[in-house]
Amino acid sequence: MYTQGLDQKPAQKDTSKAIEAPEDIARFQAHVDAEEKIEPKDWMPAAYRRTLIRQIAQHAHSEIIGMQPEGNWLTRAPTLRRKSILLAKIQDEAGHGLYLYSAAETLGVSREEMVNQLLAGTAKYSSIFNYPTLTWADIGAIGWLVDGAAIMNQIPLCRCSYGPYSRAMIRICKEESFHQRQGYEIMVELCRGSDEQKQMAQDALNRWWWPSLMMFGPSDAESKHSAQSMAWKIKRFSNDELRQKFVDVTVPQARFIGLTVPDDDLEYDESSGHFRYGEIDWQEFMDVLAGNGQCNRERMRTRREAHSNGAWVREAAQAYAAKKSARAAA
Amino acid sequence: MSNEDWPLYEVFIRAKSGLSHRHAGSVHAADDEMALDHARDVYTRRNEGVSIWVVKSSHIVASDPCESSAFFEPAQDKIYRHPTFYKLPDGVENI
Repeated sequence: MYTQGLDQKPAQKDTSKAIEAPEDIARFQAHVDAEEKIEPKDWMPAAYRRTLIRQIAQHAHSEIIGMQPEGNWLTRAPTLRRKSILLAKIQDEAGHGLYLYSAAETLGVSREEMVNQLLAGTAKYSSIFNYPTLTWADIGAIGWLVDGAAIMNQIPLCRCSYGPYSRAMIRICKEESFHQRQGYEIMVELCRGSDEQKQMAQDALNRWWWPSLMMFGPSDAESKHSAQSMAWKIKRFSNDELRQKFVDVTVPQARFIGLTVPDDDLEYDESSGHFRYGEIDWQEFMDVLAGNGQCNRERMRTRREAHSNGAWVREAAQAYAAKKSARAAA
Repeated sequence: MSNEDWPLYEVFIRAKSGLSHRHAGSVHAADDEMALDHARDVYTRRNEGVSIWVVKSSHIVASDPCESSAFFEPAQDKIYRHPTFYKLPDGVENI
């Protein structure tokens, strides 16, 4: 059940810093190890709850902020077909944000609290959305690479130990596949077009390739939360494993349409069956994460404006609901 | 005007006629009518349903998982409620 109201008792118990009984922890871990799902009202360690709230909220915020780079091209999509597709994709992102906020709410955090954290800048969202969309080809590159990387990350999350998160991810993954395919289709068409169009596609790949690899997060050696998340079966594969999978499937897709992956060190390793790729610029990743990417400030400003510009709509809806229920009572 | 969250509603969707409604997720809405609109926009963008129920989450009464073994205990030792409990002689048909 997705209700927040049902979940209040365990949440309060957990936040009171009560010492967790070893037998509760053992029972919980046995449950997880047996691949059984944890549901909102089940007992869970406070740290498991906190980790999930943080991860699901960040995920939701990413979907919401992720509407902006694409929204940039909505009024300038090259055809009505492309415009309808892009609009549907952006609506999906909003929907994904909402599925995820609901899932997080089952853990005892309120929607308002999460929204306020995003607006205050205290919550993180995926660093990828702090890059600008300079040309139409970027819409293709985002669908193909960014959504492609997201799918790699999200498919294992469908098997996450927390039931509501897992169910939200199943729904999301079904919809993401359309996102990736429409993006690749844009790239295919550009690559079949004029030299300028092909160059535009190559330029988009050049700019989005490395940030897409960074989406998988720090390398395993640097990743702070990985081991515990694996033991709790929130996470199923390490950051580097998922990144490698992404490179392995994406490089042939780039070559198929005659594009060159912007990595001089990229080579196929016959013995392992994997592509070896060059060093990622982690300084850039840390800078973007710290708020100094090209669009961090703009994204936050746009989000805050949208929220405050919508205040009168929320108030009007509430006033209307109050009026209707007063009339019904009379 | 209060800045509080709109109430939470649970959303149940009938995928096609003949099937029962199934829990899909939840939405916030100022009133019942808006809850139905939001549920449609959030959970049926690809024709996932032919009918939607929404109910305020606070109206749902749920069993407590911590008590579930005691709660469901009465059914546990009544295996004679299942057809496989009964041994019938070989050769008897259509039963």
